[in-house]
Amino acid sequence: MDRVPVLKIGDLLLVSIQIDMEDQVALQLQEDLADRIVATGCHGVIIDISALDIVDSFVGRTLATIASISRVLDAETVVVGMRPAVAITLVELGLSLPGIRTALNVDLGMALLGRHREQPEPAGMETEDEADIPAVPAS
Amino acid sequence: MSPESQRIEVSSDQDVVRVRQLVRTVAVAVKLSLVDQTKLVTAASELARNTLVYGGGGSVEVVRVENGRRAGIRIVFADQGPGIADIDLALTDGYTTGGGLGLGLSGARRLVDEFDIDTAVGRGTSITVVKWCR
Repeated sequence: MDRVPVLKIGDLLLVSIQIDMEDQVALQLQEDLADRIVATGCHGVIIDISALDIVDSFVGRTLATIASISRVLDAETVVVGMRPAVAITLVELGLSLPGIRTALNVDLGMALLGRHREQPEPAGMETEDEADIPAVPAS
Repeated sequence: MSPESQRIEVSSDQDVVRVRQLVRTVAVAVKLSLVDQTKLVTAASELARNTLVYGGGGSVEVVRVENGRRAGIRIVFADQGPGIADIDLALTDGYTTGGGLGLGLSGARRLVDEFDIDTAVGRGTSITVVKWCR
């Protein structure tokens, strides 16, 4: 069975999904990431899906589960690189990935995670803000 | 020349991946737009997984079709599983008996142009979808 590599870069874990995953491979990635978050103490996870030509409900649910598990383990997840056609299809499928932060590419994903660590949200947050936190707060 | 009809037996996760790849290849060949390719492959992935998980395995048949000047693809997902007792309920967003999100069947229907279910309890389920070039 194929396995998706998890790379540690500084305080981040980077996953780039380059294969058409069988369902079992997606579930294995979920476990591997949880293990690596605990083993490394990383506070951010970036999942690059720019190579995926589809995201179906199983993969979408797996991404959402990974984001939830990470949050419980004190790490934030950003999914980056979604193709436009994938976004259109996901929304029509009925899956808008609530609770998942997204960014257009890895650079923007890293910037988003950096901002998040500088301005941690209050504990006990239940819902994700759709809007980014403004870089310069209004005074 | 590609054959008129191609068939894949679905009995494992790996076969679901093969269905996605076959549908993608045929969708490119009939020149579906990129968004329509993506929609059709996604729908096929949902329905092939249903064939495996709920139908206990079965077969998927992919056929190139024509309707006057339009080309398209017809895909039939067939299993001899338990069948669907209440189709309306099964097509409701969020309804699931398998612990999923309940979007597979209802979502797949939104992603294709034609969608037909033939099912009977104890006899199995056959779902036919068609996507036409615009």
